[in-house]
Amino acid sequence: MATPTKTPEKVVKKAIKQKASKEQPQTPITIRSTGRAFSLESLAGQTLLTLRTLTEENPASLAAYEKVGGYVQIKKIVTEKTKAVDIINQVKLSNLRGRGGAGFPTGLKWSFMPRYFDGTKYLVCNSDEGEPGTFKDRDILRYNPHQLIEGMLIAAYTLGARVGYNYIHGEIWQDYETFEAALHEAKAAGYLGENLFGTNFSFDLYAVHGYGAYICGEETALIESIEGKKGQPRFKPPFPASYGVFGKPTNVNNTESYASIPWIMQHGGQAFAELGVPNSGGTKLFSVSGHVEKPGNFEVKMGTTFTDLLNMAGGVWKGRKLKAVIPGGPSTAVMTAEMIQNATMDYDGLSKAGSSLGAGSMIVMDETTCMVKTLKRLSYFFYEESCGQCTPCREGTGWVYRVISRIVDGNGKLEDLDLLTDVSNNISGRTICALGDAAATPVLSFIKHFRPEFEYYILHGKSMIEQDSLQVSGIENTMVNEHVSGVSALSERIYVKDGSDKYGAEPNG
Amino acid sequence: MLSAESIKKIDYEITKYPADQRQSAVMAALRIVQTERGWLSQECISEVAAYLRMPEIAAMEVATFYNMYDLENVGRYKITICTNISCMLRDSDAIVNHLQAKLGVGFNQVTEDGKFCLKEGECMGACSGAPLMTVNNHVMHEFLTPERVDVILESLK
Repeated sequence: MATPTKTPEKVVKKAIKQKASKEQPQTPITIRSTGRAFSLESLAGQTLLTLRTLTEENPASLAAYEKVGGYVQIKKIVTEKTKAVDIINQVKLSNLRGRGGAGFPTGLKWSFMPRYFDGTKYLVCNSDEGEPGTFKDRDILRYNPHQLIEGMLIAAYTLGARVGYNYIHGEIWQDYETFEAALHEAKAAGYLGENLFGTNFSFDLYAVHGYGAYICGEETALIESIEGKKGQPRFKPPFPASYGVFGKPTNVNNTESYASIPWIMQHGGQAFAELGVPNSGGTKLFSVSGHVEKPGNFEVKMGTTFTDLLNMAGGVWKGRKLKAVIPGGPSTAVMTAEMIQNATMDYDGLSKAGSSLGAGSMIVMDETTCMVKTLKRLSYFFYEESCGQCTPCREGTGWVYRVISRIVDGNGKLEDLDLLTDVSNNISGRTICALGDAAATPVLSFIKHFRPEFEYYILHGKSMIEQDSLQVSGIENTMVNEHVSGVSALSERIYVKDGSDKYGAEPNG
Repeated sequence: MLSAESIKKIDYEITKYPADQRQSAVMAALRIVQTERGWLSQECISEVAAYLRMPEIAAMEVATFYNMYDLENVGRYKITICTNISCMLRDSDAIVNHLQAKLGVGFNQVTEDGKFCLKEGECMGACSGAPLMTVNNHVMHEFLTPERVDVILESLK
């Protein structure tokens, strides 16, 4: 493994320089498949690794990926017959931790796959990001799909997997098509299929899609979905490494994890680890959304400060003050501005500050945000997306949503806050999958950190946030008029037009 | 009867799986048939199940579990607008109000001319473009403003 000569940030700087020397620094790159374009300047400060083709024309193309050194590693590994154990050791050394949110060490996970198995082993990529505020894998799919393919090829070689599936979130249909196109391109170029590079190494990779179910981001629900079933998680153990797709040994990793592998093999695990901080190797794609000037994905080194990341996103919009941040998607605890202002964006940094990194989905909320109404929307999401398999989650998420709704409707009682905490604690840890914990976390953390705001709402029947500032931001009407009646309202919300611009809700029937 | 075009597409999806795992293609098959016919009637689901040699109830379970399948008429254009947190923070509510006023329908209702249906969606995984919506599941429109919504509606003939 060579020492890195070109660090990713140098590449960005160099590309900016080259562009500048051609006297067209403002020329935007046209990104295939979206029609959107953004300038190289907008990449300043980032450390492009999983998105390293962004500095090229048509970043999603095979030509762009080959230009940045694509498919060189897999060819080298396959033709030189690199030992699987050596590859796993580099991945362990890299400190790469699962980018889907759980942060489990990727190298360790790879070592769980049985080495000898009489039959087909499978590789699965989890591109089913559906947790609110998460959209990082989408950019890998639409801007750098070939790096994901090479990462999966390296994993397939290492783990002896013959067939792979990339399961893509249903709503980003155009990006699914981009990825399918990339697969055909790779196959035509001899990077996928049988007897690759003149050896007996063969790997087939297919794109499959979800169709609107958050739960399928859970790996065993995703596997059920690949098998053509409703996405309800399986009991673990057995883990997918021993009983996965079609009951065969299966390795499941997140998109960003696989896309990091080619760089690790090129520069060595040590170099990747050194990009980050102890316990959090490499770079991380952060999806920044909500009240910032420039929402988007930012690939930065692990350990980047919150302030730097916020500044890259243009800071809090409209010159307003920061109120709260959900640092890693709603399944991670909400943080007050004070809690996060000095934090670093990595596993330990956010854990010390009182939350966790999750999938790096940073949702920023300014001073005009009503935390009660925000929690109501989140609780509706978990209620709607509960797969219904475990009673604590199926019933509990409904209870939570109805209790918060009655607070928003002005019918709350102070005891409701303890009730919400109690119900949430009875969901957490009592379900087959982690969605139960995910549903409980926002409730517990919102009430913990913004309790006075909830109490004010209950006592006054309205939000503590001034009405004028609400009108400025336009969130005044957010579902105020909507409610679901009765404790048995597990049916879908039915909205009925009430004749005015506002939409009111009537209970079904 | 599944059309020849649908069967061709479903057959392509079946090639992605081992020969004894035709059921795996049900997600794609339902999507293909829905795209062709607008929504999934009981008959559509039965035909898909028969073609994939799987129990009808298993195909029904899939069709009812995933949000993007429609089991009733959703007009010619189904507009699904995300109102989850990142979109909500960027005022998806104004877009919802605009759409409801413009089309004269609430969520889950079809306009009288049968052209549009409005649905409330959950997070679509594209929050940098909030507020956003999809048309007939497969075309996403980001960075919505009421003006932009008007242009989009105008383009849907």
